[in-house]
Amino acid sequence: MLAARNSGLVPDMETMLHITTLHYLVLGAALFLLGVIGVLTRRNVVIVLMSIELILNAVNLNLVAFSRLWGGIHGQVFAIFIITDAAAEAAVGLGILIAFFRNKETVNIDEVNLLKW
Amino acid sequence: MAPVATPFFFYLLSAIMLIGGIAVITRKNPVHSALALIVTLLAQASIYLMLYAPFVAGVQIILYAGGIMVLFLFVIMLVSIERSMKERQFNSQWVVGTIAATALGGLFIAVYTKGTSIFPDHALSTVEENNTQEVAKLLYGQYMFAFEIASLLLLVAIIGAVVMAKKRI
Repeated sequence: MLAARNSGLVPDMETMLHITTLHYLVLGAALFLLGVIGVLTRRNVVIVLMSIELILNAVNLNLVAFSRLWGGIHGQVFAIFIITDAAAEAAVGLGILIAFFRNKETVNIDEVNLLKW
Repeated sequence: MAPVATPFFFYLLSAIMLIGGIAVITRKNPVHSALALIVTLLAQASIYLMLYAPFVAGVQIILYAGGIMVLFLFVIMLVSIERSMKERQFNSQWVVGTIAATALGGLFIAVYTKGTSIFPDHALSTVEENNTQEVAKLLYGQYMFAFEIASLLLLVAIIGAVVMAKKRI
């Protein structure tokens, strides 16, 4: 009876007040979706790169939450590796952006169409 | 040490993170987006503290909010944003993009409502003391090879960024 009530989509007071791993996962999913929407809809390359950072942060949040759930710290180590990746990606992406701006005098991603058929 | 008022701080920090994320993808001025992203990253560092990951929280603040975002702000100052702020901000596929992202959200909801039974009922005990030492033991022990690969990746990224941004090699 209790399990059946708790499995519904509408959260009751007890599930609202007891923060579980699922809460962190839902927060990470929401952040991931915001990043995906930003990547798919914005035209400014700088904001697209920032949306990618949002996506990476959502993944990091999931990793740390699972690391807490399973009682190890392997997830935290992987989160540090992903932060390293994010730094490398930001450096190369912004380098590409500067080269692109020097050639086209714009930061609009719709004008990156040299390979368009 | 047990955390105090976990639900209150969780919902507060979640609200800050989501509002910051929405501001990142909706602001017209990239500088405002970058500042909103910094707020989001700092709130996320606090959530890492709630999850007993103080080392990751420190790395997040120093490297992300302090390093990567300064790089972003530098580049925003280098490129001219006056012209892009006058243009249309969303591309013509924004309806399709939003629908696709919403479908992905529906998939997440389905997975999370169906899959809660595979999680343990309660969190196992994380190592709460000597977190930095434990992370260092794993980094320099079990994940030694990945650590070296990461340093190689950073070297390649430095060279790539210089090659890309330099006018003439």
